[in-house]
Amino acid sequence: MNATPNATTTIVRHSGAYALDNYLTSGQGVKSWLLTTDHKRIGILYLWTILVFFLIAAVAAALMRIELLTPAGDLVTSETYNKLFTIHGVLMVWFFLIPSIPTVLGNFVIPMMIGARDVAFPRLNLFSWYLFVAAGALALWSLIHGGVDTGWTFYTPYSTTYANSHVISMAAGIFVAGFSSIITGINFIVTIHKMRAPGLRWFRLPLFIWALYATSLILVLATPVLAITLALMSVERLWGVGIFDPKLGGDPILFQHLFWFYSHPAVYIMILPGMGVISELITCFSRKRVFGYAWVGCSSMAIAVLGFVVWGHHMFVSSQSIYAGMIFSLLSFLVAVPSGIKVFNWTATLYKGSITFQTPMLYALGFIGLFTIGGLTGLCVATLAVDVHVHDTYFVIAHFHYIMVGGMVMAFMGGLHYWWPKITGRLYPEFWGKLAAMITFIGFNLTFFPQFLLGYLGMPRRYHAYPPEFQMLNVLSSAGASILGVGYMLPLIYFLWSLKRGRVAGPNPWRATGLEWQTGSPPPLHNFEGTPIVTASPYMYDAEADRELHMANA
Amino acid sequence: MNAIATAVVAEQFDDIEQQHSAAKLGMWIFLATEVMFFGGLFLAYTVYRFTYGHVFALASRHLDDVFGGVNTAVLLFSSLLMALAVRAAELGRRKQLVRLLLATALFGVLFMTIKAFEYRKDFVEHLVPRFDFRWDGPDAANAELFFWIYFALTGLHAIHVTVGIALILVLALLASAGKFSQNFMPVEITGLYWHFVDIVWVFLFPLLYLAGHR
Repeated sequence: MNATPNATTTIVRHSGAYALDNYLTSGQGVKSWLLTTDHKRIGILYLWTILVFFLIAAVAAALMRIELLTPAGDLVTSETYNKLFTIHGVLMVWFFLIPSIPTVLGNFVIPMMIGARDVAFPRLNLFSWYLFVAAGALALWSLIHGGVDTGWTFYTPYSTTYANSHVISMAAGIFVAGFSSIITGINFIVTIHKMRAPGLRWFRLPLFIWALYATSLILVLATPVLAITLALMSVERLWGVGIFDPKLGGDPILFQHLFWFYSHPAVYIMILPGMGVISELITCFSRKRVFGYAWVGCSSMAIAVLGFVVWGHHMFVSSQSIYAGMIFSLLSFLVAVPSGIKVFNWTATLYKGSITFQTPMLYALGFIGLFTIGGLTGLCVATLAVDVHVHDTYFVIAHFHYIMVGGMVMAFMGGLHYWWPKITGRLYPEFWGKLAAMITFIGFNLTFFPQFLLGYLGMPRRYHAYPPEFQMLNVLSSAGASILGVGYMLPLIYFLWSLKRGRVAGPNPWRATGLEWQTGSPPPLHNFEGTPIVTASPYMYDAEADRELHMANA
Repeated sequence: MNAIATAVVAEQFDDIEQQHSAAKLGMWIFLATEVMFFGGLFLAYTVYRFTYGHVFALASRHLDDVFGGVNTAVLLFSSLLMALAVRAAELGRRKQLVRLLLATALFGVLFMTIKAFEYRKDFVEHLVPRFDFRWDGPDAANAELFFWIYFALTGLHAIHVTVGIALILVLALLASAGKFSQNFMPVEITGLYWHFVDIVWVFLFPLLYLAGHR
């Protein structure tokens, strides 16, 4: 505890190579995992669970891309195709993207970042994982018994009246998954409010914490609206409750309002944690303090708040009032402001930084580029007149995949590589990591950039056949998807390999300043030997000193 | 005090105060999610009351004010009992706590019983949609929609009352075993939940029963 601006000081610093007495060794066997209340182990349980759903949803995507290689609908029937895009959407949104960063990385690092021993409600935390597994079981049951063909949006009256598939069990699965999300959200909010280490003031919190705090607010306030909406949809399907039924004077559009009141904020549930991860990565790998810390933190909150007032931009062609459309369009443009603040501040952080291109940084840089494209095309679809042209086309598909896959999945992969040594105590192989990051970037762009063109040319989404003139771009997209698949398979292989063979990481392989790096890798059961005392802001990097260090070493 | 307190502090917390304030904040956030959960249905009610105001007013007059009014009083009184129970828990009066919790649960059961009789009356008067629903006059479909919303809202509320009764009975059981002598927080946060259920009814009563009164 000297006077130099050392980022954070802990009472005990570890210098040993591989902490032998850690959360992984503190209990053995299946039971010690299934009954654990340790936030770190629960994070790993979630990692395995969402991996299963990611793989199933990815197979559905692969089948769609194979079908779209040829203009004719020759591999699957249109009905099967409907079920494929539904299962892809439902599983990717609710069983992979929404839980991904919060439940895996959030669970693992939030308590460590704030110097706590665990989350505020550890047993509820485990319960939320069991709920998630139960929800996944319901979803898989629906899938095995014939699937659902409504699309992930469950629009009425198709879902309530006409769909002849397992709508209710799938909706029940999403309802339960929502409950799990809510519990996670409550846990994170209370943990961040009440469990911070001494000296850890709000504006000393890492930006990842700000991002997950904003995410949790959306989780607890938006998810219940989805729950009641899907419940009403289900009882209407079961018994004919007429709230969305024009026969009784109900309004199917009300379903869309309620659905998007949740599902637009849900987009920010999916991207905000990614932004939080990127803030950590950019600052660490350019050895510089984040430019405009308070702005980046507050922009997360601004995005969360604005996210609640833009849902109508999904309904420009739904017959909602043109004035509502104009207001929603304007409000949607406003989201670009905090998003822009983030992108500019990350870029400014890079400026004159001492940048190293390790794997997490490659993902982070990829994120900035892809998120920018996704965000700017978001402005296109938020423009009333343009949206009428591109609504329900591949332009929209490409736009939100740039945010969800180019943004969130890149950030998730970057974060996973960044914290992998903390989670497992071992490093992944850097060469293969960089290779996979670059393959992912190339494969992603090849998959989704042609879809902007397809959509602009007028190819509608959700069709299994299309006119021959669209074939070339579709083949490009499918080829890109196969490259993207390689980009995702590689980490799966080398992560597993690194568990036994990876180089021992040591407590802080990135020389990062966050509290989570001031303890062993893997961390001890209660994270720290004693409660850390925080004396400074989280990113006390010094690019100048680092450059001198490089020079001295050279 | 501290020596006693550490015995009930969970390992992730530093002291009992931190544990208490965390539990309370957690419950308040949960109640916020509940508000949003009911909010979807209240929105549906508002939209259709605005669209079909006249029919909704007519349909509302078919609901029994006496049942609704008595139930409002029953639930408000149970909330008072719950508040007294929290006080008893704070003061460590075990016997009084058990008695007050049981009384609260009893009034919850009374509410559900009255509600059941009311539902039966609705059924006899052909006010239950899909079950031989009858409506004299125009706009029968819209009236049916009102009763769907009535049953959805009161049904969802009844589910919450039932959960509350179960929780309070569990609390009473634990209280009689002396569980809350050092940590009364479970009683307090269950109380918060019970008051929330009460407040939902305070909104439901005028919206559903009094909408037709001039």
